[in-house]
Amino acid sequence: MSIQAQVPSSIGTALSFENLSVVFDTEFSQVHAVKGLSLEVYPGEVVALVGESGSGKSVTSTAAMGLLPNNANISGKAFVGGINVVGLPEAKMRKMRATDIAMVFQEPMTALNPVLTIERQLTESLELHGLAYGKEATARAIELLELVGIPDPAKRIKQYPHQFSGGQRQRIVIAMAISCDPKVIIADEPTTALDVTVQAEILDLLRELKDKLNTGILLITHNMGVVADLADRVAVMFRGSLVETGTVDQVLNHPQHPYTQKLLSSVPRLEAVDVSGNWVPEPLAAVDPNRKLILEAKNLVLEYDMRGTKFRAVDDVSFDIARGEILGIVGESGSGKSTIAKAVLGLLPVASGKLAVQGSDLTKLRPKAARAIRAKMGVIFQDPAASLNPRFPIGDCITEPMVVHKVGNRAERIKRAKELLEAVHLPTSVINRYPHELSGGQRQRVCIARALTLDPELLIADEPTSALDVSVQAAVLEMIQELQERYEFACLFVSHDLAVIDLLAHSVVVMKNGKSIEQGRVSDVLHAPQEDYTRKLLAAAPVPEPGEQAIRREARRLLLAAEKGL
Amino acid sequence: MSGHQDNEELKGSSNMETEIGPDGQPLVSLAEVEDAELAQKDSQSMSQGQLIRRRFLNHKPAIISSIVLVVITLTAFTSIGFAGIPGWWNQSYLKSAELINGGAPTLHLWPTWLGGQGFAIGDHPFGQDNTGKDYFALVMRGTQKSIIIAVVVGAVATVIGAVIGAVAGYFRGWVDEVLMRLTDLFIVIPLLVLAAVLGKMAGSASGSILTLAFALGLLTWTGLARLVRGEILTLREREYVAAAQAMGSKTSRVIFKHLLPNTVGVIVVNATFAIAGAILLETSLSYLGFGVKAPESSLGLLISQYQNAFTNRPWLFWWPGMMIVTIALSVNFLGDGLRDAFDPRQTRKAKRRNKKELS
Repeated sequence: MSIQAQVPSSIGTALSFENLSVVFDTEFSQVHAVKGLSLEVYPGEVVALVGESGSGKSVTSTAAMGLLPNNANISGKAFVGGINVVGLPEAKMRKMRATDIAMVFQEPMTALNPVLTIERQLTESLELHGLAYGKEATARAIELLELVGIPDPAKRIKQYPHQFSGGQRQRIVIAMAISCDPKVIIADEPTTALDVTVQAEILDLLRELKDKLNTGILLITHNMGVVADLADRVAVMFRGSLVETGTVDQVLNHPQHPYTQKLLSSVPRLEAVDVSGNWVPEPLAAVDPNRKLILEAKNLVLEYDMRGTKFRAVDDVSFDIARGEILGIVGESGSGKSTIAKAVLGLLPVASGKLAVQGSDLTKLRPKAARAIRAKMGVIFQDPAASLNPRFPIGDCITEPMVVHKVGNRAERIKRAKELLEAVHLPTSVINRYPHELSGGQRQRVCIARALTLDPELLIADEPTSALDVSVQAAVLEMIQELQERYEFACLFVSHDLAVIDLLAHSVVVMKNGKSIEQGRVSDVLHAPQEDYTRKLLAAAPVPEPGEQAIRREARRLLLAAEKGL
Repeated sequence: MSGHQDNEELKGSSNMETEIGPDGQPLVSLAEVEDAELAQKDSQSMSQGQLIRRRFLNHKPAIISSIVLVVITLTAFTSIGFAGIPGWWNQSYLKSAELINGGAPTLHLWPTWLGGQGFAIGDHPFGQDNTGKDYFALVMRGTQKSIIIAVVVGAVATVIGAVIGAVAGYFRGWVDEVLMRLTDLFIVIPLLVLAAVLGKMAGSASGSILTLAFALGLLTWTGLARLVRGEILTLREREYVAAAQAMGSKTSRVIFKHLLPNTVGVIVVNATFAIAGAILLETSLSYLGFGVKAPESSLGLLISQYQNAFTNRPWLFWWPGMMIVTIALSVNFLGDGLRDAFDPRQTRKAKRRNKKELS
């Protein structure tokens, strides 16, 4: 069944693009978002469209849905089930949505209407397209919920979105997408907002559904692990152009284009977990008598005050970091990992326990002394778009700690800013530019520079790379490592990504629901975990190698089955 | 599924336009491409303020309104003089004179070839009132008062509103409760009644228009306080605020350096609408007899004095009326232009354009 790629065969495909170009008119000029893209998705096939931000992957899918804004000029063709949707009148396009082409969105929290029950939302498209009405529609909706694995669907269908967990909500969004039997589903980063264990479940669900329903899936993602897990074919986009297409094995294991090669080499990889059971841990090094503790937490308890009722976010966690060490805190959302970072930064009071920086307990310090100790800490946050004041030029952003702590005069501050910009490999001319002129990765490097302005003893990094593209993430991680070796600060590194922790940290705390599940050296905890939860986390993280991922998937299935059997 | 493509299907790789890096190698990593773009970029760096100014200058109604406002203000202050400095207009708004031609305006704009009397200003371009006072001088005096009131009320209300809103939004908790209930209190009291009482007290105490303006400013900050509070509530969750707190900044620095400058869009737009509102409020008060008193003049006072003259000497009504409408409309258009310039959606467009400029 070999089909030549050159033959414009819209027949038989669920979705195909022919030389699609999209140009946006903006306020002062034009932006060429997609440059002549051709791609086919066949029924029952998952094609992954991979690329970093600005590559045009989401614009491509939005073009197929006919949802591009008015300032977009589209040329070329996009066939959905044999009908060219480019230039199709809105009324006709509306009829095709849901029945021919459906979409699964990234953010399940906002993709559902919070004031309508699940029933109303699921039956809406059925009734709009005249497939079923009233009781019949409800029955069909219950069927759909059962299909996507929501337990007790007949009862739960009456509930509102906030009564479901994030993973369940994404399942409901998927149920809505398949409700009218579309020929193709566009899944735009369907698991990006989810935790790894939930991500693995959603990927299982999508795999099951495409076999059952024979639907084509266009999977848009930046995560190579997801690609390896789910996709049959891969198309790699870079700056609006398709640079490489092929089977998942071809592209991920034998990439041809230098961009793909570079991209794949940037993905941090987890080393294989030892499952043989006869792991011999490296002998513990003798405790260095000169080990200088920078941050110390003992039986730390942190609480949020939710209108009178206390919510315990961190419960009895102890750890310490010495000079030159990196401690990783890893966990899923709601595990309390960021809360610890907040408490160290003084943004949250300590409920009980000890939290000391260089021996002085933060809980017992007077405000002035506490402010002085802040000078010894630097911080990098997750979102580079929000962590720089948009009204400050980069130079002011970097030297702000000096202004706050009244260090140096103007000339010295500018000199320091230039030094730091060089340290993070940015041109010194950036000093007068504004944050909005920089890309996400560059802004994050400015944040790193700002964190290092006062030569801190301690660097707090709260998910510093999770909002960045893979290749940019690699560059930023490398930079943190390099600077850490040069300046020898202690670093508290919070992340949800096990592979990043594995790459960077010396020791690790695995957290769940505010408690420390397992902690110790990275080489012990991440390679020969003693706890089931750590093992499950490790098994759920997909790796960008289809063969290995298939093995891991199977291993995870066995792990879960064994757990159920217990 | 593997049968769908051949191995040669690596299309695109040939026609792809890759940027060439400084070392002559094609750039294949996003980070490198971005850095190369940044290094190449030599265009003038534009701050947000500059972007906003540029968009504002492209907004025609706002520009025309600004020009109109400047002309009116200059005319009002230079013609009859201000604060003891004499102006270029030779008539006083206090001096009575003989009525000429029943006090009809001597301003003629209609050219002769269209059957008019040609362009002429005459002695009393806006006509004369009952006692023969020059109406142009009176209207200019009234305009001065209105503009002073507008600016003072705008400034007082904006400062109070912004500070109260920012403090309430930043601290939340009981501070927020107290300040917002205070705001509610000011909102539920009928503004006109309170302004009338305060205006009368202020007027009898010193007779100065500034006192009245301050009194009005103390009453009209509520809307802005609520808007700024809402804005601060979202901004305070931004990470740059957390970063500033974490580096040990004092609270005042966080509020005045990081938070308030970022709400300037809301504040500026609201201030213009507050100014238009203040002009109308002063007009209503003077019309009702609680604001400016004769022999001083204000636009509202003129209208109220001459409302009976509408049928036989309509210019006595029309000149101050048109002046109010023109000023209020211009200020509103100005506010519109500012709002469009500060609109975040447009900012996004501009950002995209910046990216394009790079390439």
